[in-house]
Amino acid sequence: MSPRPLVPARRVFVALLLRDLRVARRELPYFLVRTTLQPILFVVVFGYLLPKMGFVQRGYGSALLPGILAMSLALSSVQSVALPMVADFGWTKEIEDRLLAPASARMIAFEKVVAGVLQGLIAVLFVLPIARLIMGPVAGLTLSGFGSVLGVTVLGATAFSALGLLMGTAIDPQQIGLMFSVIVAPMIFFGCAYYPWQGLSAVPAFKYAVLVNPLVYVSEGMRGTLTPALPHMPIVAVLFALAVIAVIFWTWGLRTFERRAFG
Amino acid sequence: MTGTTTPEVSIRTRVLRKVYPGKAGGIVALEGLDLDVPAGEFFGLLGPNGAGKTTTIGILTTRVRPTAGEASVGGADVVREPVAVKQRIGVVPQRPNPDRSLTVRENLLFHGAYFGIPRKVTAERARTLLETLGLAERGDAKVDEISGGQQQRLMIARALLHDPQVLFLDEPSVGLDPQARLELWEILRRLHAEGRTIVMTTHYMEEADRLCERVAIMDRGRLLALDSPAALKARAPGGTLIEVILDEDATASAAGARVLPGVLRVDVEGAVMRAYAERPGESIAGLIKAAEQAGRRVMHIALSPPSLETLFISLTGRKLD
Repeated sequence: MSPRPLVPARRVFVALLLRDLRVARRELPYFLVRTTLQPILFVVVFGYLLPKMGFVQRGYGSALLPGILAMSLALSSVQSVALPMVADFGWTKEIEDRLLAPASARMIAFEKVVAGVLQGLIAVLFVLPIARLIMGPVAGLTLSGFGSVLGVTVLGATAFSALGLLMGTAIDPQQIGLMFSVIVAPMIFFGCAYYPWQGLSAVPAFKYAVLVNPLVYVSEGMRGTLTPALPHMPIVAVLFALAVIAVIFWTWGLRTFERRAFG
Repeated sequence: MTGTTTPEVSIRTRVLRKVYPGKAGGIVALEGLDLDVPAGEFFGLLGPNGAGKTTTIGILTTRVRPTAGEASVGGADVVREPVAVKQRIGVVPQRPNPDRSLTVRENLLFHGAYFGIPRKVTAERARTLLETLGLAERGDAKVDEISGGQQQRLMIARALLHDPQVLFLDEPSVGLDPQARLELWEILRRLHAEGRTIVMTTHYMEEADRLCERVAIMDRGRLLALDSPAALKARAPGGTLIEVILDEDATASAAGARVLPGVLRVDVEGAVMRAYAERPGESIAGLIKAAEQAGRRVMHIALSPPSLETLFISLTGRKLD
């Protein structure tokens, strides 16, 4: 038997992606509940009930909606990579069959990130109409900057999928629940999802401390592209920050992935 | 091997070394392993847990990075050309690790897709393999719904789907009931008859003896012996192993045992005296007497006929399991 020519990497990549999409499609309801229930409940309380009661101004919805989308995007991207990764590398070892596919470990990790980005996009597309429906008309909401919205969404999803790669491979399986509480919960509350970054000028220490939080840039990017009338960071700064964060998490996550993949 | 032509070498390792990180300079799993497995051979790696068998398979299947030395499969280096190696090999892991998010058949279909095999060809091969391995009825079952033995066979089907040159099996019969084990052996014999190179680790002497053309006996990361099962058994100390377990140290008893007629060799390890004898029935009484004369009491006696097991014990002073 003579060696066969190598399978083109592109084909292996597509096959791996199709596998993840097949599984994602099958688990879609669970996935959506897990990643979008929290943002939607938040919309019900802060975007519907409180304005009705008069506790918050009607205009709050314009600041809230982009943040809710950012939060959904972040939660779904990070979880759709990290959680299966923990199980696959942990007790079931089922990632072995993909590690034995004729592709480099780098490409196998990259495919996971791409699958996470796609699932993040699905979550956003799911939450947007529901949130809009619950909140009623949102002042200043526009989809005219569609290109920028897509740019922020894809870069943000990439940053959080890469974070999922890092968390899923660097954290001990027993600790993953705890780590999600310790890392993800503060990230959401201090991620400018519920308030514009500029509003933090009231508390300057916070304003600069939250800049280490990647969610801040997704929230601000969403605000800048979906409700541009509100105060927001410049889009260029947002895109630059997200790109840098994505590269850092990807590089770091790939290293921990390879450490787990090779004994 | 006879004849003048050099057979095509399928697997080659040179001074292969693996140290896992750990306390005091790490844990040495492999200490300079040299192996050559010609194409088409059924090759066995035999040894107790911790011998380095799984590490060897791990390195040859690109899943473990060697600390030093070289290894290649079908001419492709495992470190420099891992993708080429992965394309040449099929791997049956120690514990079944099917993709639990997929059905039995999907496991095979996606595996074929990873290897760039056209969908029609994969579907046909999956059908044939499921049939051959007795899984035809379970194709649409979820992986969690099938038994451990069926999962093991699914692993074999998956490993064969892309028609690899070399098949690696890591302790394939651990956890199988005797019936399933016999079925597995039958499948492996067929695969070997088809001309495939097979490398199998096992700590079952019988398995290595029945299936393998050559067996490497490993212990603590080193190769102790490498030959055909028949030649290895011939190297085992002659006669039957009589293991005499005493209440205390056996050194003094062994001195008396060594001079007994018909006793070929006596080894001592703590309270255990291992004697090899041509006619065990005639030697047992003498061994007991030798022990009693040294002031010891005999707690237990066990007999093992000449086998790879007795060879292993004579090489290492320890049992396999």
